[in-house]
Amino acid sequence: MSATMSAADATPRRDRKIASSLGRRRRGRNLLAATLATLATAVALAALGWILLTLLWLGLHGLSLAVFTTATKAPGSHGGLANAIIGSLVQTALGTAVGTPIGMMVGTYLAEYSGKSALGNAVRFVSDILLSAPSILIGLFVFSVLVAPFGGFSGFAGAMALAVIVIPIVVRTTEDMLTLIPVSLREASIALGAPRWKTIIFVCYRAAQDGLITGILLALARVAGETAPLLFTSLGNSGYSGIGSAMASLPVTIYQYASSAFDDWVDLAWTGALLITLGVLTINIIARMIVRRR
Amino acid sequence: MDQTPQPTTTLIERTAPAARSAPPVRVSIRGLDFFYGTNKALKSISLDLPDRRVTGMIGPSGCGKSTLLRVLNRMYDLYPNQHANGEVLIDGENILAPGIDLNTLRSRVGMVFQKPTPFPMSIYENIAFGVKLHEKLPRAEMDARVEWALSRAALWGEVRDRLRSPAASLSGGQQQRLCIARTIAVRPEVILLDEPTSALDPISTLKIEELIDELKRDFTIAIVTHNMQQAARCADQVAFFYLGELIEIGPAGQIFTAPKQKKTQEYITGRFG
Repeated sequence: MSATMSAADATPRRDRKIASSLGRRRRGRNLLAATLATLATAVALAALGWILLTLLWLGLHGLSLAVFTTATKAPGSHGGLANAIIGSLVQTALGTAVGTPIGMMVGTYLAEYSGKSALGNAVRFVSDILLSAPSILIGLFVFSVLVAPFGGFSGFAGAMALAVIVIPIVVRTTEDMLTLIPVSLREASIALGAPRWKTIIFVCYRAAQDGLITGILLALARVAGETAPLLFTSLGNSGYSGIGSAMASLPVTIYQYASSAFDDWVDLAWTGALLITLGVLTINIIARMIVRRR
Repeated sequence: MDQTPQPTTTLIERTAPAARSAPPVRVSIRGLDFFYGTNKALKSISLDLPDRRVTGMIGPSGCGKSTLLRVLNRMYDLYPNQHANGEVLIDGENILAPGIDLNTLRSRVGMVFQKPTPFPMSIYENIAFGVKLHEKLPRAEMDARVEWALSRAALWGEVRDRLRSPAASLSGGQQQRLCIARTIAVRPEVILLDEPTSALDPISTLKIEELIDELKRDFTIAIVTHNMQQAARCADQVAFFYLGELIEIGPAGQIFTAPKQKKTQEYITGRFG
């Protein structure tokens, strides 16, 4: 056998010593990485747990039926949060109701119609920017188009500011969920003679139903706790009001009460914070359950 | 479009006894070229699908047989960079001509895909979905149509007690028969089967093959398959494609026992492909 051939012919052998030292190093690194990851998880969870415990500690004792039945009142006169709770529910619901269809239509356009067109890319880019835009900017924007020109703060303007936040979230989840629908399902529907729009509404939406609902719930959870967009739009109100005038909301009330000098107001702020957190937590858990059902 | 026969009338017409010897041509393909962008995938294809006969299309992957099926219901129209030249006449009407109503065309030329594609709805709704696109039926007639389609697809006995269950709860073979039922419920004239059994187990495959045999009494069928035995079992005539060209077409018996072309011979004996 010639020397030139031997290198190619020799079966590769494994050196046991090198193999075991490599194995030891690998196990060492694995342990290090696993420890760091576990620590990071513990830190993150601890922060979350701490927040929850603090909220329960400071907010739970103020929780009573009166909080839900009495409106906010002057310091020292046993006010509740009823107007703020109603205001939050109304504005969040209206904002989501307005933002969801717009977001779904845009997301549908992006996933089903835009293809690789320049318009599609532009819309996607703008929507992504909107998604990360500081919410106070959105509040200022709505202030300049819906509050200043019409001479006053209103719950409606607040809801519209929330809608602007809802739109890009729903755009993203709608596009993502529709893109996940296999081409074969669309083709099967079109092969039966279904027009494009019927395919999208009756087949694609239905197949993506759980994801779409989850996206909407997450958007709802997100805007339920927004404060900044409401500061310039619905402002807050010490009593009950309709959406045509300044309207109270939980986040804004918390903001005002927590920074006040009155102990009972500060206590109410904690209770409000606890309520919002529980609400958002519930929505998130429902969203989780929907995802898990798949 | 005015002359387009209504599915109802054609179904009655077609149940009249036809001369066994020379069935009329249902689909006539003439000089068909097909392009994916600039890539020519079908080269000057001409062939006829005889009425109420099964035409098997065989050939190695990428030979253009599935592409041909997707021309017959203009499925390729979904994709902007694909186009076809030539003529495809169905009952004398060129379906490649501009101005053809694609949804009506697809109600006349049904398609079943490689993988079962049940819609995310109940078994009943899966069938009714296609019917509702083209017909307005009172409830009782819709029930009858659903039962008819499921019976023709040899699925009725297995699902009659759970029509409201989600279609996804069926087995793979049942799902594929549901897709066939869904297609025939629209009462097309032509059924395109694109490797309908390649994702199924042998028993389900057998059921589908028996079904094809039964369905050809009423429908003109084109089936693409990679399985030579399947083509031999199901097809009346077989077309062999290679690199976008139609190499040979003839009665199934002749193609599998005495092919005229050397390429056909090599393919069916498993020398390539």
